[in-house]
Parts: sequence; structure tokens; C-alpha cells
Amino acid sequence: MAMRTLRRLLRLIKAQQLLKRLITILTAIFVYRHKTVFLAVQDTGGEYTESIQFCQGKRSIINSSRHLNATPKSFFDPQTVMIHTQNLTRIFKRSKNEPPLTAVEGLTLDVPRGEVFGFLGPNGAGKTTTVRMLTGLIAPSSGQATINGLRLGEQNQAIRRSVGLLTETPGMYDRLSALKNLTIFARLYGVADANEQVEKYLRMLGLWERRFDEAGSFSKGMRQKLAIARALLHEPPLLFLDEPTSGLDPEAAHMVRDFIAELKNAGRTIFLCTHNLDEADRLCDRIAIFKTHLIEVDTPQALRQRLFGRTVVFHLRELNPGWVEAVQAMPFVQSVQSRANRLLVRLSDPEAQNPLLIRRLVELGADLQFVGELRASLEDIYLNLIREA
Amino acid sequence: MFERVRVLIEKEWAEVFKNRMVLFTVALMPLLFTILPLTVLFLTPSGSGDSADMPEMFAASCGQSMSANECLQIYLIDEFLLLYMMMPLAIPIAIAAYSIVGEKTTRSLEPLLATPITTEELLLGKGLAAVLPAILITWLCFGIFLLLAPLSGISAAVRAHVFGPTWLLAVLLLGPLMAIAAVNFAIIVSSRVSDPRTAEQVSMVIIVPLMVVLFGQLAGVIILNPTFMLISIAVMLAADVGLVYLGARLFGREVILTRWK
Repeated sequence: MAMRTLRRLLRLIKAQQLLKRLITILTAIFVYRHKTVFLAVQDTGGEYTESIQFCQGKRSIINSSRHLNATPKSFFDPQTVMIHTQNLTRIFKRSKNEPPLTAVEGLTLDVPRGEVFGFLGPNGAGKTTTVRMLTGLIAPSSGQATINGLRLGEQNQAIRRSVGLLTETPGMYDRLSALKNLTIFARLYGVADANEQVEKYLRMLGLWERRFDEAGSFSKGMRQKLAIARALLHEPPLLFLDEPTSGLDPEAAHMVRDFIAELKNAGRTIFLCTHNLDEADRLCDRIAIFKTHLIEVDTPQALRQRLFGRTVVFHLRELNPGWVEAVQAMPFVQSVQSRANRLLVRLSDPEAQNPLLIRRLVELGADLQFVGELRASLEDIYLNLIREA
Repeated sequence: MFERVRVLIEKEWAEVFKNRMVLFTVALMPLLFTILPLTVLFLTPSGSGDSADMPEMFAASCGQSMSANECLQIYLIDEFLLLYMMMPLAIPIAIAAYSIVGEKTTRSLEPLLATPITTEELLLGKGLAAVLPAILITWLCFGIFLLLAPLSGISAAVRAHVFGPTWLLAVLLLGPLMAIAAVNFAIIVSSRVSDPRTAEQVSMVIIVPLMVVLFGQLAGVIILNPTFMLISIAVMLAADVGLVYLGARLFGREVILTRWK
């Protein structure tokens, strides 16, 4: 009798466990399906996008923000997008008396494959924290990201395998030779033909002749080159470069920049953190101005246009004050300034409007020497945006 | 997994043994601890002596049928047994204590953590790199001691003691277990402090229990016998499991990367 009761009880427990498992599987399917809905909602695009996530059966709006103009309209497609972040936030806990520090707040951006993406911001803006999060070194406090189609937090090891990281300081093993340094990392990354890869990059960066020398005996520029080689050994499709030319002499910096340009031409995606605005202007397809949160992201040219419009400079032999008024009177001219013998005219479409303006100035008797477009430097853009922020 | 652990061990050894001072320290201590007990055996009389005026603490470590001289030899070389156990502790502690904090101070930890290496692989690699040379050297020195000891003319009773379970358990099992505990403790300390010197000094605390045993034996309170060794092995085994688990739990990649300057 007792045995029969016990058996029934066991059967009941087994049935309950089975039911529990079934519920878990159904919940997982439900959550998984609605994550697909979350992506589909993003795909609809538009100026304003609501990101909806289902979490434990609850529908919650996690982000409702204006997408920046230059963010690709296709949004997250792992085939075309290398880095996708959604509301990525990192808050650091501090000592009891200090409030928590928000290093990165609500970072939402997409970096397409093959793009050189400049990440600009002042010291302490959270650039390195962002890079550390995106390379799976530290976890975000909230938000999500996908790197090379791999989900951050779930596939960190695979992410680390598919990215190369150049840290702010080279961090080489100074007592070991350049060859040994690179061989160690090639093997840690599981590179099949480690010796060949090491030789390839040592030769490419002009360090082959000094391969047996201790890394500690290298100049700063050579160490930086060695660190770049280390980041490339496993042929990552995505490269994070944190201040790659910081502290280098002009020649070494030039060499590093040329090498980055080569990598760009080879189709690698590069996430470049830099203070060097000229470098960003020359190398980057798009730039992001960042200070804890994303202030602006676009191509340098588009940022210039958006912030400063387009200004054409007319160099004249002599400037008659009456001409300023005459030019201002033209319907398409947005503003006119005179400086010495130059007229600075802000236009919406210089290609179409310049001929009309030149004709008018000639009619007025002006002797035109040169006509050119005034380019706001990236520094102007940067300072303008950072001050506003 | 094991390839990455192997690479890390090779890297650690290449770095550590490039430093001649470390190489000297690693070689000097075992050499001393091999020569000294042999000298003692060669210098002490090995014949029979009067056991009547033998101190009580000597008698405790000897058998009933042993002479005073045999007892003296056993008592003296048992002191070196403790030093043999200390040998695999002192060397790896210095290496392990520097392992994490050293990488941080030279800024090489971030590139290392950016590779696909897991925390377990990192700790295993660092731990083995520190503990293996010390254990191997200790065993090698013990082997040399066992080979040369009979040449000193020691009696069969003393030889049996040296080749007996107390010494074999101590050198082959307890010593390595203590080394593993010490290295794990040093790695825990190394991953929690931000200065290499502090790491080394704090890590040396692990030697204190062994010193207690050493002084206990000198005072005649502790007698080294197979029972004592088996109990110590059980305790150390538990301590090792606890320290390995604690080491993996306490190793905070994020804290090390973000808070250390």
C-alpha cells in the first residue's frame, strides 16, 4: 500500500517536472519570437523609432529616441553592419560616499562593415570604456550590442576572436623579443600558421630585421607598430584602435596613419578612438562626437555643412562697401561678411549659385582674384559640439 | 584550452627566467637544501651511541631499537624535511605574486585579456607556471639527496626512515599541495592589490603555518610521522580546492582593468 502511494507520488512529481520543462520551453520560444519582433520594429526605420523588447512576457519600451541622421536606414543587418549597439550604458559603482559614475549612457549606433569610424571625445568621455565593452572586456550595465553578428555578453569569447584591439599603451612583454611577443599572441588567438603570420606582419611593418631584439629596447614608434601587428595577427575583420598615434613623433605617426589607410583599403572595419582631429578627418568615413553620450555622428563633410553651412570666399583686388549690400540683396544669399578684401558668402547650393554671384560681382566692377570654399576644420566642429554638450 | 594554458606557461617561464636573479634564487635554495642535510649526515657519527642520555624529544622521533646517534641523525634531517617542504613554497610565491599585478603595471594585461583566453585558463596557466618548476626542482633535489645519502654511511634504520612514508608523503605529496595552495593564495593577492611589492609581502603570509610546524617540531610538540603527514595532506587538499575556487571567483577582470591605475 505504502509502496503504491510512493510510486503515485513519484509519478506525480515526474509529471510536474515535465510540465515545468514544457512551460520553460514555451516561454523561451515566446521570448525568442518577440526578440525577432523587436528587430522588425527597428527595420521600419523613420525619423523616430521605438525599440520594443519583450522581457519575461512584459512589453516594455526601452528606447524612444531620435535616430541621428547619418545612422544607416537599413539598421541592423548583420550582413552589412559590423557594430550594432542599442542603448549601451555603463555605470561604475564607486566608494560609499561617491555617487555612481556614468561613463557611457544610452549609446545607440551602427557601424557598417568596411567603414573607418572615428570616435572622438575629450579625456574621460568614456571612449575607452566603450571600446572595452565592445571587445567583451567589461560588461555593459544595460543595453545590448552585436559585434560581427555575435551578441555581446553571450558570445564574448567569439567576439574577442573576431576583433583586434590596439590599446592606448602598447603593453608588450619588454623582456621578450618582438618575435616571441607576436608568436605568443598568435598562438593565444589560435592562428593556424602562427609563424608565417608573425613573419608577414613583422615584414609588413619593417620590424623583421629586429625580430630577435627585446621589445623593451624598441622606440615608442616601433613598439606601437609591434602592437598593431599583434592586433592583426588573427586577421580580425574588425579593429579597435585606441589613440594609435598618441605620443608618436610625426614620422612614426605618419607611418601608422598610412598603415591604417592601407587597412581601410583592404576593407577592414576600423573603430578609431583619437584626439587627433586631423587624423580623423583624413581617415574616417564617419565620425562620432562623444561625451558620455553620443552627441553627433555623421561624415565630416555632412557635419561641416550642418553646423556651418557652406561658405564661399571671393578674393577681390579691392572691396567696395556697397558690394556687400548688393550681394546681400540677392535672394539665394543667406549671409555676407566682408574681411579685408574678401567676401564670405553663405550659400545653400554653391555649385548652382556661384556663377550668378560671380556674374553680379563682375557687373558691379569687382576684379575677382580667386573663388574658393571655406572649410570649417574638424576642430571647429568638435569644439562647437563639445561646448554645446 | 590546453594550448592557451601551455602558451601562457611558456610565456611566463620565458619572462621569469630571463631575469638572472630569479634563476639564481630558484637554483640556490634547492642546492643549499640538498647540500646541508647531506653534510649533516656525513659529519654526524653514524655508529651506535649511548641512548640513555638522549633528550626526550629525540627519543620521540626514533624507534625503540635505535641508537642515540641514529636518533640524532633522524632528528636533524627531519628539520631539513620541513625545509624541503618550504622549498616549493618560497620560489613560486614570488613568481605568482607578481603574475597578475606585474602584467597590470606593464600594461600587458589588457591585450592578454582581449584574446580568447578564459579566466580559468589564465589562472591555471599562471599557477602552473609558478608551481611546476618549484615542484620539479624539489623532486630533483630530493632524488639527489636519496642517491647520495647512503654514501655517508648511514645505518639501515636511518636509511629506512629517509626512504620511509613520512619523507615520501611529505616531499612527493604534501610539498606540492602546499605549493599549489601558496600559489593560489599569491594569485588571489596579486589580483586584489595594485602594487607588486605589496603582493609579494602579503603572499609570504602563507609560509606562517609551515613556520609554526617547524617551530613545533623544534620544540618537540609536533612529531613528523605518517599520521601527521596524512592529516596534513587531507587539510591541504581541502585548502587547495577552496583556494582554487576562491581564486576563480575573486578574479575580477573588470575591477583589474577599470580600477587599477
